[in-house]
Amino acid sequence: MPEILTLLMGYWTDFGDLIIEGTRDTLLMTFVATAFAYVLGIPLGVLLTVAAPGSLRPNRIISGMLGWVVNIGRSLPFVILIVVLIPVTRAIVGTSIGVPGAIVPLAIAATPFVARIIENSLAEIPAGVIQAAQSYGASLWQIITKVYLREALPAIVRSAAITTITVFGYTAIAGMVGAGGLGDIAIRYGYHRFQTDVLLVILVVIILLIQLIQMAFDIAVRRIDKRS
Amino acid sequence: MIEFIDVSKTFCPHAIKRLRTDARKSAATSDKAGGVASDAPNIEKTATDWVLRDINLTLEQGDVYGIIGVSGAGKSTLARCVNLLERPTLGQVIVDGQDITNFTGRDLLDLRAKIGIVFQDFNLFQQRSVLQNVTFPLEVRRDTKSARIARGKELLDLVGLSDKACSYPSQLSGGQQQRVSIARALANHPKYLLWDEATSALDTVTTNSILQLLREINRELSVTVLVITHEMSVIRKVCNKVAVIDEGRIVERGNVSDIFLAPKESITKELLAEVIISA
Ligand SMILES: Nc1ncnc2c1ncn2[C@@H]1O[C@H](COP(=O)(O)OP(=O)(O)O)[C@@H](O)[C@H]1O
Ligand SMILES: [Mg+2]
Repeated sequence: MPEILTLLMGYWTDFGDLIIEGTRDTLLMTFVATAFAYVLGIPLGVLLTVAAPGSLRPNRIISGMLGWVVNIGRSLPFVILIVVLIPVTRAIVGTSIGVPGAIVPLAIAATPFVARIIENSLAEIPAGVIQAAQSYGASLWQIITKVYLREALPAIVRSAAITTITVFGYTAIAGMVGAGGLGDIAIRYGYHRFQTDVLLVILVVIILLIQLIQMAFDIAVRRIDKRS
Repeated sequence: MIEFIDVSKTFCPHAIKRLRTDARKSAATSDKAGGVASDAPNIEKTATDWVLRDINLTLEQGDVYGIIGVSGAGKSTLARCVNLLERPTLGQVIVDGQDITNFTGRDLLDLRAKIGIVFQDFNLFQQRSVLQNVTFPLEVRRDTKSARIARGKELLDLVGLSDKACSYPSQLSGGQQQRVSIARALANHPKYLLWDEATSALDTVTTNSILQLLREINRELSVTVLVITHEMSVIRKVCNKVAVIDEGRIVERGNVSDIFLAPKESITKELLAEVIISA
């Protein structure tokens, strides 16, 4: 046991800075991209919900087209999306490489995912509760903000853990196009240079980070959900 | 006063479409014929599942009007035509002398705000405190926070839950949750209350206390109530008038005492038999 500890300490002095930098880049990409994905995905998820057949503002054209776009967005493999989006990424952040260059495709890849997750979270609210709100004279906008989003908040936060962790996984792929981050380091040292020990340390760091992220979201959900 | 005039309702989109084109055609022909009032669309010729058929009903001010029928008879649909959660396919609903059937936009929201509704499964907002649930209709109207809190406290007092203002629905019993939803229904000082099986999920003792509350609301706040139920015992305890609905049609109606003494239709007798057995 102490031997393993000394071994780990050894790695830390050798690769500590590298790992800290990688962690910073990974978390930056993950959280900024996830945040943008929610900014875009929440309105889309709401639109999918209220435009659905039999919903508050049924609209076959909007719900059909949006459903298609979302499904296409979700079916494109992320590696391909990165490449396809290069011009878009350049137009938005001025570069297609590094952390900023990764954030754009990450956010765009996660947006349709978030839209569906929001749609599912809103669908959990019983139809009767929405009817109650309608019955008391709430407008569409009031129902969206005061009922749908508010009642679904715990579910949305819970789902944000899933999204964040999924995006975290995508950052490793973004690393392949020179975005940096832990995945990039793992590939450079572990794969190209066969330094399995570095790979191992990074694995431990990733596992710890994922646990921490999940825990933080769990605590947040417990604090805001009034049903328990 | 709430009046139903020849109200029919179907959920079948094809039938609705056909009736609309019929109505347009007959309007066009009568225009040519010199503006003679057009015939009503021919409902008999339209093969479909009618959920409501030719409903004529009048709620006078102060009534506690019961609508009784078996599950699927169309009771909820009928009640929901009053605040336009459902729209009649044919016919009109008149509230205080105004034909509301085609209300939209602001008119619709204002109409709904003055009609309270209580549901069987409460439909409370789980993420809002009891006080925030009760004041939701006021929040929608953009009342000030202090006005909302004052009215909310008054309402919780009325339903006997003053000590639960800061609790959440999940922390309350079924009976307490229904009291909260009743308080919410009364927030806007409604003239009318739609009561859709509000006690069907509750035990007998709780049901009795909730029905007692309904009587007080009717008498002391002079709220006119449309009571939807499948239980004659509820009718007996709170209603002055009753209509029996079967497969979308009103088959019998009258004062509660008359119907209890001399039911005519077999469905009424069946519904009555249950009260006698359970009494
Ligand atoms: N939104 C709807 N779409 C299609 N059919 C409906 C809808 N709502 C109710 N119905 C049908 O209308 C009939 C009457 O329903 P309802 O008014 O809820 O009956 P009750 O309240 O008497 O049990 C039932 O056959 C039901 O299946
Ligand atoms: Mg019903």
